[in-house]
Amino acid sequence: MTKTTTNQPDGQEKIGVYVCHCGSNIAGMVDVQQVAQWAGSRLKDRGVVVARDYKFMCSSLGQELIEKDIKELGLTRVVVAACSPHLHEKTFRTACERAGLNPFLCELVSIREQVSWVHTDKVVATQKSQAVVSGGVERVLHHEPLEPLTVPIHPDTLIVGGGIAGIQAALEIADAGYHVFIVEREPSIGGHMAQFDKTFPTLDCAACILTPKMVQAGTHPNITLLTWSEVEKVEGYVGNFDVTIRKKARKVNVEKCTGCGICQEKCPKKIIDDVYEAGLGYRKAIYTPFPQAVPKYPVLDVKNCIFFEKGTCKACQKFCPTDAIDFEQQDEILNVKVGNIILATGYDLFDARKVTNYGYGRLANVFTSIEMERLTNAAGPTNGQIVLRDGKTVPKAVGIIHCVGSRDRNFNNYCSVICCMQSLKFAHLVHERTGATVYNFYIDMRTPFKDYDEFYQRVLEESTLFVRGKVAEVTDAARLPGEEGKLIIQVEDTLAGKQRRIPVDMVILSTGLEPRRDSREVGKLFGISCSANGWFTEKHPKLDPVATMTEGIYIAGCAQGPKDIPASVAQGAAAAARVLGKIQQKEMALEPVRASVIEEKCSGCRICNNLCPFNAIFFHEDRMVTEINPALCQGCGTCVAACPAGAITGTGFSNEQVLAQIDGLLLLNVGDEPIPV
Amino acid sequence: MATPQTLDPPKAVPKMIEDLTLLEEVSARTAGVSRLEMCIQCGTCGGSCPSAADMDHTPRMLFAMLRAGMRQAALMSNTPWICVSCYHCVVRCPQNVHIADVMYTLKGMAIEAKLFQDSTAPDFSQTFVDMVEEYGRSYEFGLATRHYLKHFPLRLPGMAPMGMGLLSKQRMSITPTRIKDIKQLKAILKRAKEIEGDNHG
Amino acid sequence: MAKYLLYPGCSMESSAKAYADSLAAITKPIGLELEEIQDWNCCGATEYLGISLTPAYALITRNLALAAQQANGHRTVVAPCSACYLNLAKADYYMREQPKLGKMVNEALQAGNLSYKPGSLEIRHLLDVIIYDIGLENIKSKVVRPLTGLRVAPYLGCMVPRPDYEGRWSDHEHPVELDLLLKALGAEVIDFPLKTHCCGGHMTQIGPETAFELIRRLIASADQYQADLMATLCPMCQMNLDAYQSETNRHFGTNYHMPIVFFTQLMGVAFGIAPEKLGFGMELVSAKKALEKIGLEIPEQETLLTRPKKAEGLPMPKPLPLKHQVAKKDEVEK
Repeated sequence: MTKTTTNQPDGQEKIGVYVCHCGSNIAGMVDVQQVAQWAGSRLKDRGVVVARDYKFMCSSLGQELIEKDIKELGLTRVVVAACSPHLHEKTFRTACERAGLNPFLCELVSIREQVSWVHTDKVVATQKSQAVVSGGVERVLHHEPLEPLTVPIHPDTLIVGGGIAGIQAALEIADAGYHVFIVEREPSIGGHMAQFDKTFPTLDCAACILTPKMVQAGTHPNITLLTWSEVEKVEGYVGNFDVTIRKKARKVNVEKCTGCGICQEKCPKKIIDDVYEAGLGYRKAIYTPFPQAVPKYPVLDVKNCIFFEKGTCKACQKFCPTDAIDFEQQDEILNVKVGNIILATGYDLFDARKVTNYGYGRLANVFTSIEMERLTNAAGPTNGQIVLRDGKTVPKAVGIIHCVGSRDRNFNNYCSVICCMQSLKFAHLVHERTGATVYNFYIDMRTPFKDYDEFYQRVLEESTLFVRGKVAEVTDAARLPGEEGKLIIQVEDTLAGKQRRIPVDMVILSTGLEPRRDSREVGKLFGISCSANGWFTEKHPKLDPVATMTEGIYIAGCAQGPKDIPASVAQGAAAAARVLGKIQQKEMALEPVRASVIEEKCSGCRICNNLCPFNAIFFHEDRMVTEINPALCQGCGTCVAACPAGAITGTGFSNEQVLAQIDGLLLLNVGDEPIPV
Repeated sequence: MATPQTLDPPKAVPKMIEDLTLLEEVSARTAGVSRLEMCIQCGTCGGSCPSAADMDHTPRMLFAMLRAGMRQAALMSNTPWICVSCYHCVVRCPQNVHIADVMYTLKGMAIEAKLFQDSTAPDFSQTFVDMVEEYGRSYEFGLATRHYLKHFPLRLPGMAPMGMGLLSKQRMSITPTRIKDIKQLKAILKRAKEIEGDNHG
Repeated sequence: MAKYLLYPGCSMESSAKAYADSLAAITKPIGLELEEIQDWNCCGATEYLGISLTPAYALITRNLALAAQQANGHRTVVAPCSACYLNLAKADYYMREQPKLGKMVNEALQAGNLSYKPGSLEIRHLLDVIIYDIGLENIKSKVVRPLTGLRVAPYLGCMVPRPDYEGRWSDHEHPVELDLLLKALGAEVIDFPLKTHCCGGHMTQIGPETAFELIRRLIASADQYQADLMATLCPMCQMNLDAYQSETNRHFGTNYHMPIVFFTQLMGVAFGIAPEKLGFGMELVSAKKALEKIGLEIPEQETLLTRPKKAEGLPMPKPLPLKHQVAKKDEVEK
């Protein structure tokens, strides 16, 4: 024994070691009995008074075992060798607490994720488990009893994004009697759903089911609607967020505006509407994106306004009956305090021009799915007529291509979830409104939810032609008779095993969903992370899908990953339920694992300042030292590792504890006896 | 077209025996990382192929056959020989399978196993390679005459004006060019063949 | 002046002599210095790869090894032929992707006292170097006889824009580089939908009927667009479309007359170099008539097959911005 003797405990501590089999998860690769026996004998002089193995330590019987030992043997420290602390740290801490031991005197070490699941040699795995247990024992000796912090929870909630997920969440919380701020970047709430005509699988009119909710959100006494606004800064922590919001100048005095629409009518500047009309239609420089917009007040697009460009015009002002146009209006900065935040920022569409072999942007009659939504919409640029780009010809044959930009490593390697059903919906609408022959080109049909496959059956009944094959190219280069003047879809019909060339008049690309282009910046702003593809990461993919690793920040809808309207609504409601649960608690306990700065050691280098993923670090310019807000800190340890002066220490992660754990891990290597297996 | 011929008809083997090492072998013998096992059978390759109409199996089907261990049927397929190496399928493949290189591998394996329906293409490749190994450069006149005499004798009169045209316009030379250090090249190729033999012999 | 190592490839000395002649004629005006790799050998075309893996890659890599020896500070190998370009690029790339291949190839090269470290050279096609290193503005400034009125189908074939391991080209399917060059020469460039489709490759030799169909598609499409000629950058494409055109006509009972020339020949013409120095006359389908058009008034051609420039009715989406290279180049030129 060399190193470990330097950390010799005072001999007063009594440690219990508990090794879990986890069924065969651990026991299949680790000789758990051996580990327990070894700990009981080899670590006796380190204070281990009892070491046991058990089939499922997390079961109530397993927990009772620990509780009984604490009471009967007077244990002062507990080490559990089982799964990752992510899963059961809380379980075992609570068990200790029940038996009267401070829960932070319990240490959970992972011999499943870090040992049994990643090793294939039982001997080595068993040795490693012993090392891991030894490390845990050394570490737990340095633990201190900690008391959790409690913080009050502000009852207001911020929801970012006014699409269907955000609206749903807002209404749930507002109806429960709590105040909500909705921040929406665009002039109106409604999101993508407001652009659609019909919704699958029941073909409800999107506007008919969405606008009542929009109106409710717009008039609800508990909802403050901040459209044409963006969040600029988020400070604080769960229960106490300080949010800075920029309310962009509408150039319209909403106190005076009645939403009569005369300004839009009189505005002489016509611009292609890339957002709401997906580039297929026009809007004015002063506009509300669509008739049912909430709020009803228009927005003046300064970049395209003749007055702001040339200094003359002012047609909107001249004709406004209530003198509501205010060219001098400036952006407003608002500060709001909220206890919880829901991010429902939605998605962007894949840019179909990138798939050059499908010709979008080059071949006039290739359309994207969102263009198709506008074409089929009664309030769209063609009043719901499905016509070619010339604005008048009704197609006789239409090809709908699935998986454009999805399930393709050249673009996005994930399934966009909604495209199969969306394509079926288009097939139905084209059939119903034009009588055209409709082809669907798919790789795999994915219609897994309630009434979805029934809708597929219905579209089959309508004689839609299904071709199983990913389309190779869309071309206007005629090769065979009958192809002149057509778009030719070249594809392998994989079920027939033959290449086919199918001439059509119109091609619809079922384009996939992508994370918002700025999702990473937004994630950073709110202190949450994104997956490799850029979707916001949930706390647990199955068991905690709307929470994030940052307390008080929730996600809902497509910001978390591609999903359809029913799933988005469900997530909006789920996030609201989580927030309401938090609000009802009135105050909440924070895990006391926190970093703190030893001021005498801090050199003021500020290296740690920008590293904190939770924005918990502040710098005192006057004293030139850094301070960590204990309520904001999530105990991740990034700053502790980064500090060149060693001035930051973490409760539960002090240098002393970490070095002791390393000593413990190395016990087998420095031991004076042969490695026992 | 010349009459298709089969060299050494394959020995009979019991039907329905799946050779599950086939996919792995093809993958291992392909330059780079073939990603063949990643195929999702979407048909992008078969849809893209400019010469698919003349193939007995689309590339996608061929990959399914490799997966199913249908060694003989797969190597007998004319598909790799009809592949024109246009790489349309390669850049469009959603799984980034190195399709064109897999085709090269299948040709090599078919030659090795003497499994092909029509010897025109393998002969052409072999003749081309023979010339290159001999001279270090391709020798179009020698190649064309030898190849056409054997495989398209009836075509020769039709081809003559073109050949004469190329000759008269100095676009084809009757004599071959040889690189200076042909010895070095031959030594390299000899060693390369030994290595190849060690690997797949 | 930038200096490059030239890998000419076998065709440049025989079937594509016009390419070699015209390239030699334009290098000086555009300031391109090419140094031929000494004692290079055939790249194996599309044939050796189908026979045996290691020998095929050893054959290709001998050239890279020689080039690296000769490089003397330069590291760019330029290949004018598509198949050569792809083979060299492919060997370099795969030996990096799969180090085992690099090991086997180097073991073979050792038998000739050669070695090559994958990735030590940069392998580029001639057009790539002309567009991105020499630059369009530079080329424009050398034009004395603009190709005004000449309708050209830009034809790249397969192996230059694909598989494009290093992402050098603006697109795999509809790259713009050749169009930009021909436009800089003053030509009227048609939006040729088959610009990267296959010429038939070696199928003219082993399955002529397959090849004829591919040749027909290309010529018929260029003809539909009323191109005066097709400009190509690949000896194999030129050979197939030019030398086999009459046979293709015979096979389908058609009567196409579509001259196929190398883009370097057109550069030479635009630079005012005499056509005979540019290899004109070597093509089997004569480009004489097409050449006569240059400098003449553009006749009113209403029936030409073109895509509608401005769609009436619903607006078209904006074109995707070009990839970084072209975009950056354009900025510099502005």
